[in-house]
Amino acid sequence: MTIEELEQIAESVRLANAKHDHEINVCMGTGCMSQHSDKLKEALTAAVSAQGNNTLVRRTGCMGLCAAGPLVLVDPEEILYQHARAEDAEKIAASLGGEPVAELQCNLREHFDEQVHIVLENSGHIDPEKIDDYIAHDGYKALMKALTEMAPKDVIQQITESGLRGRGGGGYPTGLKWSTVAKAVGDMKYVICNGDEGDPGAFMDRSVLESDPQRVIEGMAIAAYAVGASKGFIYVRAEYPLAVSRLTIALREARRHGLLGNNICNTPFNFEVEIRLGAGAFVCGEETALIASIEGKRGTPKPRPPYPATSGLWGKPTLINNVETFANIAPIVRKGGKWFASIGSERSKGTKVFAITGKITNTGLVEVPMGISLRQIIEGIGGGVPDGHTLKAVQTGGPSGGCIPADMLDIGVSYDALVKIGSIMGSGGMIVMDDTSCMVNVARFFIEFCMTESCGKCIPCRTGTAQMHTLLTRICNGTGTMDDLELLEDLCSTVKETSLCGLGQTAPNPVLSTFKYFHNEYIEHIVHKRCAAGVCQMETVKSENEVVA
Amino acid sequence: MPVITPPPLPSEDKRWKIVNGTMRKSGFARHALIETLHTVQSSFGFLDDDAIRFVALSLHVPLSQAYGVATFYHYFTLKPPGKHTMTICTGTACYIKGTDKLLASAEKHLCIAEGETTKDGLISLTTARCVGACGRAPVVLTDGELQGQTTGDELIAQLERWRVE
Repeated sequence: MTIEELEQIAESVRLANAKHDHEINVCMGTGCMSQHSDKLKEALTAAVSAQGNNTLVRRTGCMGLCAAGPLVLVDPEEILYQHARAEDAEKIAASLGGEPVAELQCNLREHFDEQVHIVLENSGHIDPEKIDDYIAHDGYKALMKALTEMAPKDVIQQITESGLRGRGGGGYPTGLKWSTVAKAVGDMKYVICNGDEGDPGAFMDRSVLESDPQRVIEGMAIAAYAVGASKGFIYVRAEYPLAVSRLTIALREARRHGLLGNNICNTPFNFEVEIRLGAGAFVCGEETALIASIEGKRGTPKPRPPYPATSGLWGKPTLINNVETFANIAPIVRKGGKWFASIGSERSKGTKVFAITGKITNTGLVEVPMGISLRQIIEGIGGGVPDGHTLKAVQTGGPSGGCIPADMLDIGVSYDALVKIGSIMGSGGMIVMDDTSCMVNVARFFIEFCMTESCGKCIPCRTGTAQMHTLLTRICNGTGTMDDLELLEDLCSTVKETSLCGLGQTAPNPVLSTFKYFHNEYIEHIVHKRCAAGVCQMETVKSENEVVA
Repeated sequence: MPVITPPPLPSEDKRWKIVNGTMRKSGFARHALIETLHTVQSSFGFLDDDAIRFVALSLHVPLSQAYGVATFYHYFTLKPPGKHTMTICTGTACYIKGTDKLLASAEKHLCIAEGETTKDGLISLTTARCVGACGRAPVVLTDGELQGQTTGDELIAQLERWRVE
């Protein structure tokens, strides 16, 4: 593959597309597929050919607004239809070029207008199973540029300049990580893409892998070139069958086009990628545990140092980045690090993809510039809390994060700002809770999660989370005491400070943040035996004699 | 290097050939353990002792390690599943939308706990830690097919449909 050949493919796709008067894009991500958007696509294809329209019906990845699925986007008019069913296909086909079908139209301009799409720029616009579609949208130009015009150190320089930080949650500077692996000595190096999106309530990585898998592969190839690796692994959850199948197709197509394999783009650069399936262990999101899992072992973490950058997979220098991090690489190389650094806030550059779910009107996936306020995300883009309820808290960072109370919504979203208020950016799950959610119960839910997901290797995490769960269950039952609360607080700091890996070190966060901002709810449960949200079932209060007995 | 002779297939069952295929693809390397167990589970529905023993022998992995891996990961199951499987997502978004009540009503209706199969072997009830379809919470998987915004009545109706089939 040469740059000319790449251009040729892009041009032929553009010419073929230009022949059509209209393009109908049908969302076929997991969300819309569960509402039979595959049947909708078939019906639309049949309807347009029956009506003799010169229209292309395309399968695309996620368009983001899962709440309104199945979604259909008609181009070039940019008409978005929501809740479209197979029965509506003829109506949609008949309306092409004329008045849109009013009852299906989705008019949520503010939902889309405030977003900035870098990672999701192709999602909903290209067919994820066709590499040519990706190439027509500037795909693989960045890899070509890196291989033919840039030295590995120039690539790292651009990434460093961009200010990109790890999107898996830690926020470690990507350029620094890359240069550490590049400097590590070794004849064999590995690149791993962490797609073990274990945070319950987050689905950014799934969506990117389903909607634009080539972007991730291109990012990995550029990384491999920059650090001197020749072999890559993508670790994906087995719970994401659609992502796995799209990724498998994408890898096959990339190989067929000579964009993976030996002598890529007629240079000495070789790179091959394999998929590894996770098997349902949250701890495998931790990098050393993930490496153990790829090696075919139980996913238990190891103490660091040595860091994977110097001694990772099979003891070799290994670069591990998250799916979203890799998805940012191609545009940075294409447009330059300075361009990326111009977006976002002071110390958090670029954009972040969030999965907004829970008690919110527009559930789905959004990509916003860093620094945007939580209020803009929740009330503007997200459309606020539905059914007349009031917002109580926003949970970010999943089981490692915290609950942010409603009165702090004006803070800007960045790695440092979220840590400062006791939560974390995390991988991008954002769960909105209203007055029907009990914060003590939520804390118990997360601790239960960490308790079952603890790998059992270190004691503070294994037994600490179990004890915390017992105490929280007691408080939720109405049988907790003020001493329990004190003990719980003590345990939080012990588990936080003495656990081996990130899972244990961050497990107390949901408890600590609810302590801080919703302390009255704990007191209410313990002293008044009352759950204001009506979630916790209080055990009948025993008489004092019984308690003593 | 000792010459590796793979053990004979446990039975005539053709599915073992698929399992063997997965191991051959990686040259019977030890690190293919998890991949192979995935193949066993997708072919047979669960991992039994014979399967774990066969895979361990073929890949030259100690039995303890193979068993350790099979029990460490939630995705693997050592018990045969029922004819139908109802999986209820217990991720955060689903939990906030009341999936705990769905689970409780399913448990009550089937008279089994989560992770168990009805005595007649008809229905298994399992939970999943987030299937990533949070936009459609609460989510259940009926025989692997995703259903969003599920209500308690719909859930019971589905269980009843399986009963009368």
